[in-house]
Amino acid sequence: MSVDADTVRRVARLARIAVTEDDVPAMQNELNAILGFVEQLSEVDVSGVEPMTSVTPMEMKKRVDGVTEGDRASDIVANAPLTEDNFFLVPKVVE
Amino acid sequence: MTDLTGLTIAQAREKLTTKQISAVELTEAYIGAIEAANSSLNAYVAVTPDKAREMAKASDARIADGNAGALEGIPLGIKDLFATEGVHTQAASHILDGFKPRYESAVTANLWADGAVMLGKLNMDEFAMGSSNETSHYGPVKSPWRATGSHEDRVPGGSSGGSAAAVAARLCAGATATDTGGSIRQPAALTGTVGIKPTYGRCSRWGIAAFASSLDQAGPIARDVRDCAILLKSMASTDARDTTSVDREVPDYEASVGRSVKGLRIGIPKEYRMDGMPAEIETLWQQGIEWLRDAGAEIVDVSLPHTKYALPAYYIVAPAEASSNLARYDGVRYGLRVPGGNLAEMYENTRAEGFGREVKRRIMIGTYVLSAGYYDAYYLQAQKVRTLIKRDFETVYADGIDALLTPATPSAAFAIGDQEMNSDPVKMYLNDVFTVTVNMAGLPGLAVPAGLSGEGLPLGLQLIGRPFDEETLFAAGSVIEKAAGSFAPARWW
Repeated sequence: MSVDADTVRRVARLARIAVTEDDVPAMQNELNAILGFVEQLSEVDVSGVEPMTSVTPMEMKKRVDGVTEGDRASDIVANAPLTEDNFFLVPKVVE
Repeated sequence: MTDLTGLTIAQAREKLTTKQISAVELTEAYIGAIEAANSSLNAYVAVTPDKAREMAKASDARIADGNAGALEGIPLGIKDLFATEGVHTQAASHILDGFKPRYESAVTANLWADGAVMLGKLNMDEFAMGSSNETSHYGPVKSPWRATGSHEDRVPGGSSGGSAAAVAARLCAGATATDTGGSIRQPAALTGTVGIKPTYGRCSRWGIAAFASSLDQAGPIARDVRDCAILLKSMASTDARDTTSVDREVPDYEASVGRSVKGLRIGIPKEYRMDGMPAEIETLWQQGIEWLRDAGAEIVDVSLPHTKYALPAYYIVAPAEASSNLARYDGVRYGLRVPGGNLAEMYENTRAEGFGREVKRRIMIGTYVLSAGYYDAYYLQAQKVRTLIKRDFETVYADGIDALLTPATPSAAFAIGDQEMNSDPVKMYLNDVFTVTVNMAGLPGLAVPAGLSGEGLPLGLQLIGRPFDEETLFAAGSVIEKAAGSFAPARWW
C-alpha cells in the first residue's frame, strides 16, 4: 500500500499538524518508504494468533474509586501559555 | 588530589561513607567538568549547579548524622524525559518550551530519596525518537569518542545520547535513561558504557513523558556493571500510579555482580547473524561466546524465527502509541502556543512548529495505521506478530535457556550528519535491529562494552534475560566486563 498526496494532507489534518504544499512531496516519500518497510509483516501467518494487549501477564491493577488528591488548580494551569482565574484560555469556539 | 570524577559510583560511595571526601567536593568536581566540557559535547540541556550544591550539602549532613542513603552524595545526570519539579523538562522538544513541572517523576523521586544529587538535565532525541541524538531541538550531542587519528564528530547513539555521552565523558557519575526500542542499550554500546533496560514494569513510568507506553522502560547508564546494578536498585519500585508497575520486591542487584555463571545456559540466536553484518561485529560476538564458555557457561544455539519482523512491527506499534500519547501537546495546557484563526488552526500551527521532523513523521505514520480502513492490516497484524515474537523467547526459555547473547548494534558509531542515515529513515531505524525485539517482548536487556572497532570506537554486546531476571544479566555482564576490560575516550574536548 502506498499513500498519495491527498492522503498525506488528510492524515496531517487528522494529526492536527499544519503542512504546506511544499512539505507534502517529501512527507509522502518518507511515509511510503516506512510503509514499504513494514509491508513485509503481511507475509507472516498469524492465523489463530491473538494480538498482544499486555506485555506482562498481569491483571490490570485497580484502585479504589475515591479522591486521592486535588485542589491543585493553580499547579495544573501553572505551565499553560494563556490562563485566567485558573481556566485555560483558547480561541473562541462558539460564536 | 586525583580527579574525583574518575571514581565509579561504588568507589565514590566508599570514599563518602568513610569521609575521605565530601559530597560537596564530589559535586563541585562534576560541576567544574560540565562547565569545561558542555559547550563542546552538548550533553546537558540544563545544568542545575545551585540545586546540586544544596543537595550535596544535605547529603554531607546525613552522612555526618549516620543517615546515609544507598546513593548518598552521588551526582547524577537526568534524561530530559523525566519530570523534575521546577526544573527544565522538555523531552528535548520545542513544543514543551518553558515547561517546569510541579511534580517529580517516580524514578527520580526514588533516586533523591536515596540521597543522590542532581547535576542537570541531559540531551536526547526529541521525545526519545531517534538513534543518534540528532533530532533534539537543542542540537546533536557529540560523542566523546572519535576514531583513532580523526577529528570527525561521531554520534553518541540515541535516544539517550546525552546520558551515554555524559557518563563516558565523566560529566556525571551515572545517568537515568529510557529505552523504547534500544534507547539505553544502543547509546551505551556506542560510547563504551553499560546500560540496562529492565523488564517492562520494573521501573514506574509515572512522570516520564510517554512515547510508546507498552514499550517504554526507564533504566540506568553507568560506567560499569556494578554501578548499573546500584542505580537500578534505587530506580526500580512498585508504584500504584503506574498500573503496569509490577508488585515484586526489588532484589539486591549488586549481589549478583561477579556471581558465577558456571552451568548457566546461554543461547546464541542464529537470526541475529544478519546479512551484511561487519566482520568485526561477528568477531566480537564470537569473543563474547568464548569468554562466557571459559567462565563455565554452556553455549547453546537457539532460534528466534520471528526476529526479522520485530523492527517492522515496532514501526507500527510505537508510532501508533506515540500518535495517541503526543495528542496532548496542543498549545493549551503547557509549552508552546502558535496562534491561528480558530482553535483547530491554533492546534495545527502549534504542532507544526513545535514538533521536529522525525516526531511529525512518526505521528503521521501512527495516525495513518490507526485510521479507519487500515487498522486491521497494519496495527492488528503488528500486535499479532508481537505475540509471535514474545512466544519465540518463551519457547527458548522454556527449553532451559537462562539468557541470550547477541551483538548490541550492527556497527560502531557513525558520523554526525551521516548522509545515508539522514536521507533514509529506515536506514536509521536499522540501528535498533538487535535491541527492539527485547522491548516487543518486555524482557530485560543489558549492553556491555566488549571491545573496540578497527577505527578505535567502542562496540558492545547485549545480554537478554528472562522476565525479572536482571540478576543473571549482571552476573554474565560482569564476566564479559572482566574479560574485555573498560574503555574510556581520549580527551579532546
